[in-house]
Amino acid sequence: MTLALVVLLPFLGAIVAPLFAQAGRTAIAIASSVPPVIALAALYPLWPAVEAGHVLVQTQSWLPDIGLSLSFRLDGLSLLFALLILIIGLLIILYSRYYLKKHENIGKFYSLLLTFMGSMLGIVMSSNLVLMLVFWELTSLVSFLLISFWNDKQDARRGARMALAVTGGGGLALLAGVLLIGQVVGSYELDDVLAAAQLVKAHALYPVILVLVLLGAFTKSAQFPFHFWLPHAMQAPTPVSAYLHSATMVKAGIFLMARLYPVLAGTPEWFYLVSFTGMVTLLVGAYVALFKHDMKGLLAHSTVSHLGLITLLFGMGTKLAAVAAVFHVINHATFKASLFMATGIIDHETGTRDMRQINGLWKFMPYTATLSMVAAASMAGVPLLNGFLSKEMFFAESLELNLPGLWAYVPPVIATLAGIFAVAYSARFIHDVFFNGKPVDLPIYPPHEPPRYMKIPVEILVFACVMVGMFPAISVGPLLNAASAATLAGDVPDYHLVVIHGFNLPLVMSFIAFFGGLLMYTQRQRFFDFHERFREIDEKAVFEAVVARLSEKARALTSFIENGSLQRYAMLLIVATIVVAIYPMFELGLSIGSMGISPVDAPTVVAGLILITCAVGTAAMHRERLYALILLSVVGLMVALAFARFSAPDLAMTQLSVEVVTIVLLMLALYYLPSWTPVEASRFRRWRDIVIALLAGAGMFLVTLAMLTRPFDSISRYFLENSVSGGGGSNVVNVILVDFRGFDTLGEITVLGIAALGIFAMLRDAKLAAPPTDGQGHPWSTDAHPTMLQQISRPLLPMALMVSVYIFLRGHNLPGGGFIAGLVTSVALIVQYIASGMHWSHRRMPFSLTTPIGLGLLAATVTGMASFAFGFPFLTSTFSHMHWPLVGDFELASAMAFDVGVYLTVVGATLTILASLGRLSMKSNAMPEDS
Amino acid sequence: MEILFAFVIGTLTASGVYLILRARTFPVVVGLTMLSYAVNLFLFATGRLVTAGQPIIGSAKSYTDPLPQALVLTAIVIGFAMTAFVVVLALRSRADTGDDHVDGQKEAFWPEPGAKPAPEETR
Repeated sequence: MTLALVVLLPFLGAIVAPLFAQAGRTAIAIASSVPPVIALAALYPLWPAVEAGHVLVQTQSWLPDIGLSLSFRLDGLSLLFALLILIIGLLIILYSRYYLKKHENIGKFYSLLLTFMGSMLGIVMSSNLVLMLVFWELTSLVSFLLISFWNDKQDARRGARMALAVTGGGGLALLAGVLLIGQVVGSYELDDVLAAAQLVKAHALYPVILVLVLLGAFTKSAQFPFHFWLPHAMQAPTPVSAYLHSATMVKAGIFLMARLYPVLAGTPEWFYLVSFTGMVTLLVGAYVALFKHDMKGLLAHSTVSHLGLITLLFGMGTKLAAVAAVFHVINHATFKASLFMATGIIDHETGTRDMRQINGLWKFMPYTATLSMVAAASMAGVPLLNGFLSKEMFFAESLELNLPGLWAYVPPVIATLAGIFAVAYSARFIHDVFFNGKPVDLPIYPPHEPPRYMKIPVEILVFACVMVGMFPAISVGPLLNAASAATLAGDVPDYHLVVIHGFNLPLVMSFIAFFGGLLMYTQRQRFFDFHERFREIDEKAVFEAVVARLSEKARALTSFIENGSLQRYAMLLIVATIVVAIYPMFELGLSIGSMGISPVDAPTVVAGLILITCAVGTAAMHRERLYALILLSVVGLMVALAFARFSAPDLAMTQLSVEVVTIVLLMLALYYLPSWTPVEASRFRRWRDIVIALLAGAGMFLVTLAMLTRPFDSISRYFLENSVSGGGGSNVVNVILVDFRGFDTLGEITVLGIAALGIFAMLRDAKLAAPPTDGQGHPWSTDAHPTMLQQISRPLLPMALMVSVYIFLRGHNLPGGGFIAGLVTSVALIVQYIASGMHWSHRRMPFSLTTPIGLGLLAATVTGMASFAFGFPFLTSTFSHMHWPLVGDFELASAMAFDVGVYLTVVGATLTILASLGRLSMKSNAMPEDS
Repeated sequence: MEILFAFVIGTLTASGVYLILRARTFPVVVGLTMLSYAVNLFLFATGRLVTAGQPIIGSAKSYTDPLPQALVLTAIVIGFAMTAFVVVLALRSRADTGDDHVDGQKEAFWPEPGAKPAPEETR
């Protein structure tokens, strides 16, 4: 897993490096350079294979279900980018050592820098598109954090936010594009995608995919009209600008176009979209760069322009243009990074970057000036420097486009025009900064050369510019060849890397650009005056205004939907449910099914009518809360009868006992709530709710009727057949609960316990004053605990407990069991509370009410775990595996123990809930407690 | 029989929904309870309406489906826990805010908790 290691190392470094922050800037810089050095060493032995055109892919399956795998690849293209990232990264690490000041948060800086390095390596070395996307987003995030590194500056924060919004938004588009590619191809693996190039291009979704992917690429690589974030990202520390915003991250979009070049390029859509965008960006960037007084502003717009150039080259669609594009990626990274670093040095030494102040630095720092001038000359495209070579190739390609008629003149003219601007702004960078009189009001005066080691990164890069410019075939030839081969899927055209191809049209264009540019610079005041006439659009203000407006709209929408009213939410939810359900209901044709209607008997009809009447009555009488509650209890009792009527004795018993507990609970709660609900809703509102309710009810009626009259198939035959032999009980419902589906039951009693404890906690410190009078204004009866009830309830307790034990014991074979027994016990105890009061009952309670919850859950869990001891999974019924003659069924005992757990939890939970409520009244003291 | 049963479920649902759309805590809790009756009955009915077929081995000729019953049995108990939780939440909310609205409105005419409510006087 060498490749994964290369990507992972910087991330490890990002964790480790901050530990060295205390030891000083040198220590942390050395620690931070370890990961890239190791990574370079790890890549070195792979070079021969890559040079030979092999593609190394190392795959580790991660989430195969969604097509995500940890697969990394190394071919010429990814190696080229990886080298740029690692080598320039190393230089940046060294440079930052001198750039950052002692008191700054160097731990954070280096950690972020290494995180970025890892993420960027991840982009270029991922062989899975989804994985690549993860790293893609990571670079956007790290870029955000690095731009806002000096987060006490408002401009830095705003610039960072803008960059994140633009690149993050583009990332979303790219995500959609990648998902579509995955849909079309059936895989996210790059190998499969590249192999399916024809399929993608022929697919109906191709234009959508293209636009989405290009949106991602254009936002990241600052193409018009998304270019505005890049100049504002210059608020970052200069090493970051050099590294992220000129050499590497902004090339991610370019990389993406190169990576997917075989899949997406070669169509008219690609040609027009990409080349037009590139052309506009090229011109706009170059034009604006001339007028920037901030050195970094000039470089940023120049970067935009060069990125446009590369994009335009990819857009042209010819093979040579693609080679030129890859070549220019290398050249731009070297000269632009060195220019940024030189700018950082000048900023560092003079305290400003304003070219109206910085003049005549040649006298103060001739060495830095020489380096900068060479790099700037490369940017201008002066012969014998690397910028010249790729620009020459670009000019040549602009002549090769077979456009109809006069259109054929457009690309060369625009290319030359951009060349003129490039020469002009490069000339300004050189002349304005190093000559042109004396410095004006420098914050630091006199400036001098920077520390020795701060210049080394610039020297190395400038040296590379010269080497590539003079000996292109030797220095960069093999790498360019490998990278081009990877971009063009192996099909590299014939090209020659020589300094001068002889006297030809591109050379003439270069001459025009060079002298035109110089002329333009000498006449710059006219252009400045011309440019002054236009009001410059403040992108930041526009962006902030758009964002502010958007978030305002979003807030308005949110507060419209989420207005704090449960009524509104419930209404929307129910209406949405009805709307969603209507279509499938008609689709199914909800009619009476094949089983037909069975006859009714009079008692059932009567019970049903009582139930219906009371249900409607509850809704109609809901303002009189006590009456509503009484009617509700009748409904509950009728439901219990329904269970009994239709062969569910266990349910009937459960419903009956729960009903008692629920009503007691609601009565207790009602004591603290108003006993009367005022009329608040308008008549319209009430009728609207009635309509909604009727619709919901009608829907349920239809669905239920349709279901009841249709045959069905159930998995229950298994339970019925195995209940006695496998579970050792003839009450199948109980056997299911404690044996077959024991794990479910364990979960359910856990929920019960949690609910009870939640209630306990909520009420423990609640201060709720009890009303001094009842709803009608009468004082409460002083006869709090009626003697009759007391006298009857006390002897009732042991009998009720005995009943519950009986119900518990027989539960496995006859209706009953832990749930029901627990509820019966609870009811018996609650009656004591009601009859004799909290104090009386509590004094006689031998344990805290929450204890049984814990004990019960413990008993159930331990029973379940006991099966581990026999080597079976959790909650395996041991009976089916062990036979124990004479003593009886061992399994029966195991299920019983589990049921004891259920019983204890139910008792504990029910009593905790009710007693917590009851205890409130002890605090409020509105009612006399003990008799 | 099926029509009656379905009608019962429909009525319970309609009453429950209407109550859930009220503006105060207590009717909402009652509505929730009502809805859980409806849901429990519906779940139970997925085993169809069988008379005298209790799933107790040896007690009937043929048995009804025991699985929905097991599901509903725990649902009833959990439903109680849920109702209790919601009720206590309502109480706690009233304790902390002195209010039992769930429609986002503030108490307008309830001078102090427990005092005689204004509309009472008109009755």
